[in-house]
Amino acid sequence: MALNNSNRKDEGILRSLDWFTLFLFVALLAMGWMSVCGASYDFEEGTQLLDFGSRSGMQIIWILTSLLLGTVILCIDDRIVESFSYIIYIGFVILLFATPFLAHDIKGSLSWIKIGSFSIQPAEFAKFGTALCVAKAISSFNLRLDKWRDLIICGIIVLVPMLLIVLQKETGSALVYLAFFFMFYREGMAGSILFSGAAAVLYFVVGIRYADEPLWGIVQISMGEFLVLAAIHLFSSIMMWVYTPLRGPFMRVLLIGSLTYIFAVLFCKYMLPFNACWVQWVVLAVMTIYLFYLALRDRLLSYALIGIFAMGSTGFFYSVDYVLNEVMQKHQQTRVRVLLGLEDDPRGAGYNVIQAKIAIGSGGLYGKGFLNGTQTKLKYVPEQDTDFIFCTVGEEEGFVGCTLVLVLFLILTLRLIHLAERQPLRFGRVYGYCVLSIFMFHVFINVGMVLGLTPVIGIPLPFFSYGGSSLWGFTILLFIFLRIDAARNRLLH
Amino acid sequence: MLAERNYELGKRRYVLGAIAFAVVFIYVLRLFSLQLLSDDFKRNADSNAFLRRIQYPARGGITDRNGKLMVYNQPAYDIMVVMKEQEGVDTAGLCNALGITVEWYEKRMQEIKDRSRNPGYSSYTEQLFMSQLNTEEFSAFQEKLFRFPGFSIQKRSIRQYTMSHAAHILGDVGEVSPSDIEADDYYRSGDYIGKLGVERFYEKQLRGEKGVEILLRDARGRIKGKYQNGKMDRAPEPGRNLTLSLDLDLQALGERLMTGKKGAIVAIEPSTGEVLCMVSSPTYDPRKMVGRQRGVNSANLNRDPARPLLNRAIMGQYPPGSTFKTSQGLTFLQEGIISPATAYPCSHGFRCAGMKVGCHSHPAPLPLIPSIATSCNGYFCWGLYHMFGNRKKYGSIQEAMTTWKDFMVSMGFGYPLGIDLPGEKRGMIPNADYYDKAYGKDWTSLSVISIAIGQGEVLLTPLQIANLGATIANRGWFITPHVVKHIQDEPLDTLYTHKRYTKVKPQYYQYIVEGMRKAVTGGTCRGANTTMYEVCGKTGTAQNPHGRDHSAFMGFAPMDNPRIAVCVYVENGGFGAHFGVPIGALIMEQYINGKLSEGSEARAKSFENMHTISIQDGTE
Repeated sequence: MALNNSNRKDEGILRSLDWFTLFLFVALLAMGWMSVCGASYDFEEGTQLLDFGSRSGMQIIWILTSLLLGTVILCIDDRIVESFSYIIYIGFVILLFATPFLAHDIKGSLSWIKIGSFSIQPAEFAKFGTALCVAKAISSFNLRLDKWRDLIICGIIVLVPMLLIVLQKETGSALVYLAFFFMFYREGMAGSILFSGAAAVLYFVVGIRYADEPLWGIVQISMGEFLVLAAIHLFSSIMMWVYTPLRGPFMRVLLIGSLTYIFAVLFCKYMLPFNACWVQWVVLAVMTIYLFYLALRDRLLSYALIGIFAMGSTGFFYSVDYVLNEVMQKHQQTRVRVLLGLEDDPRGAGYNVIQAKIAIGSGGLYGKGFLNGTQTKLKYVPEQDTDFIFCTVGEEEGFVGCTLVLVLFLILTLRLIHLAERQPLRFGRVYGYCVLSIFMFHVFINVGMVLGLTPVIGIPLPFFSYGGSSLWGFTILLFIFLRIDAARNRLLH
Repeated sequence: MLAERNYELGKRRYVLGAIAFAVVFIYVLRLFSLQLLSDDFKRNADSNAFLRRIQYPARGGITDRNGKLMVYNQPAYDIMVVMKEQEGVDTAGLCNALGITVEWYEKRMQEIKDRSRNPGYSSYTEQLFMSQLNTEEFSAFQEKLFRFPGFSIQKRSIRQYTMSHAAHILGDVGEVSPSDIEADDYYRSGDYIGKLGVERFYEKQLRGEKGVEILLRDARGRIKGKYQNGKMDRAPEPGRNLTLSLDLDLQALGERLMTGKKGAIVAIEPSTGEVLCMVSSPTYDPRKMVGRQRGVNSANLNRDPARPLLNRAIMGQYPPGSTFKTSQGLTFLQEGIISPATAYPCSHGFRCAGMKVGCHSHPAPLPLIPSIATSCNGYFCWGLYHMFGNRKKYGSIQEAMTTWKDFMVSMGFGYPLGIDLPGEKRGMIPNADYYDKAYGKDWTSLSVISIAIGQGEVLLTPLQIANLGATIANRGWFITPHVVKHIQDEPLDTLYTHKRYTKVKPQYYQYIVEGMRKAVTGGTCRGANTTMYEVCGKTGTAQNPHGRDHSAFMGFAPMDNPRIAVCVYVENGGFGAHFGVPIGALIMEQYINGKLSEGSEARAKSFENMHTISIQDGTE
């Protein structure tokens, strides 16, 4: 009885589907739609929110089609999706490769393909293809990511679409693929790699972003340089705490280091200003020598590795500085600075971020109310219904609304971790981590950019930013995982 | 492939969860500091999004005491420009439409952008490009306005006058100066403010309160409608109308009579202190001080050697001459130096210890009343001589001088009276210190004797002389003279409703009144005598070291229940009887009868043509 069979299968999905995640998804979509209404509303004409000629009306179409798409995905057998993983991936790689040749130039980006009256951005869809592929590879070959060979295989799967997207001049979308490193970490990649990577990004961003700002009003000290050297010291101390057994050397390094820095800065401020970074070099050098001495004394390699980390970090920071200022051409420097959000617009550095902060800051505790925001509607905030959509939340819904949105995203992340961990198959778990890593990366970078905490990288806020491609991309990503999760009990039958 | 259960790696879920939690926590903290700890962003947002367009109120109108309209408003149109939006505009077409040259246009654009001249400049807000187009120019330009993006028209109102009189009292309005803006943050660059006269003194009442219309402005400066549909807008509050105490007909006559002469006429209603007319000559047409020609005309008037902008009625400080003798008689009576019967000798003047103050020939010795009537110099010199020489009463001449000075001050001399016009001068009443400094303590009543007859160091403004007339008419008190009789919906300052008493008791005034009456019936003021009402008067002929004597007259009428007190002061007019008396008589007749008789009209005509200066009208 075919009919009977399929009926039972549907009941099975309805029972085993994670309704909690679905509820979070719908709640975020609803709040996202309100924000798009707020961002695209026109005071003068009093836009009809449901008119399909308006952005808010169009967003309804995207939302409805997303829900339809989600339903369709839930009806497909997850095993079919899994078996097509490589083919989907290869298809996307070919599409990404072809995109620049087919694309229309939109603001210098070659990532949009026009189909009829719609434009789609393949980069938004390639994420789920890559996630499926890397999950399939890891589970099929039982790759162990604590081994360099296996890690490199996975890295290549991720890097290929990433590089192709860079060629489309969509650096922001390409950077999203770094999110896969969270999943690699869960699947066994050494924590120090993730930590070193994070540290390198931190040195780079902080060091360059704050290079020309004085520390605490002392012009002799570059804030970027001082903070990076202090961070190297701090990270070394933390590593000592994590990787070595003795507490005495750790305390010594941490306390002597921080006290020296504080004393040096106070001396600069109130006695004689000089470049306190010289003091930091001396302290870091002494610390490194001390670490090597401990390594020899206790016959413990960890001390030496930490010493190498400190030296490497310092070397990395100064070589980045050197390359940026001495080796690179002026226009190349500018591109790096643009990427960091230092030069992002024609009206002078930081205009976008300042306007974003004004819009959010003016919201206060409860916000100005639905459709009452002025900054976003009057176009003070750039990209107000796409990349900077969170400004509308801040202005119209205030601190309460913003916190609610962030907490919903946090719950979604934690819920997805929970779902991923309960997968009986490694394929499902890896894919689940890919999904939540991508969401985390998008939310953190997007909101951080609007709040002026991270560089201005143009990537959408999931479920909020206007546009079909990104919403469909996120929906497919999420619903394939929900479908896999719904089938988790199959093996137990 | 089944998922392996590696518990070491399984723990890493908590690391990832903790990272997510930590980032969200940091972001919430950041939101807290942005949204709840600082108001700066809210203010920034408001100044971004709200364009506060000012709605100018209509300035209050001004009428004379009988309700005749003197000053009203006429619409004028300013052309405003937003620099950011006008880029690429058809300059030649614009200049053509406005009737200006391209050079003027370019110069003006430079001026607007020059922040040292235009401190509030912003290329996103409206700047004044050209001011005060009249209705015809406006309607011609408005048709073409659509061709010039960035240019707009702002409706303003400018002052318009129904007549050409009372320029000094009315004053004028002009653009605010940087110091005005600094002193009162009500004003913005390009606003108008009263510069002189009641326009300045009653600026707060006349200007009203600006309203504001809050418009929404997008990032490109385009207007996107009204904020909350205008709920937060404030309508402008129109300025209050002023009723002057001036009688326009009287003012016009006064100005006619003073044609070609330098000097002033002040007439006061004694019972109220209201100024009935205030003429300062030479004068100018207030209509010259409006419109785009204001700058040129104002500069010309400033350069005129006859100084037409000076309001001589309150700023001219003259020796009062014999009109001052009345105040001396009152002081001597109150201080008991003389009694009405006291007679002093006068043989063609006051002679004492080789000192001589001349006098005309008249019977002598005379008591007080005929001395006033004949204006005997000797009598008042002797009076002052005896007062300042009275060691028994005062101890020293300094003390006597101080007492004398206090009497003078109580009559409104030596300090500004406090009229409601800017720039009033205080005149000059010397005190003991003054002479101590000048003579080194070694001075006697003879050194200062000429102050008794209103010469020497004594200087009064015509207003103070007229006020002396009003005080005598009232027998001992006055109300601070003022030119505004009534402010719409607002009481007058109590300064202009309260009586101020002199140090002389009312009963002594009777003798002075009688003397002034005798001066008219048979003394120096016979020219002012009339059968219609009883006039009291006192001439003054002030010696002028620089030229011909000044001719002065102080009088009031009728003697009982006086309705008008007047001072006429004609520079270089010779004897008081020559110009002062007849002009004063005509002023009193006009006010009391409401018109001049035929004979008086003929006399007025002749005075109109009698010139003491060759008028140099610098504005022509």
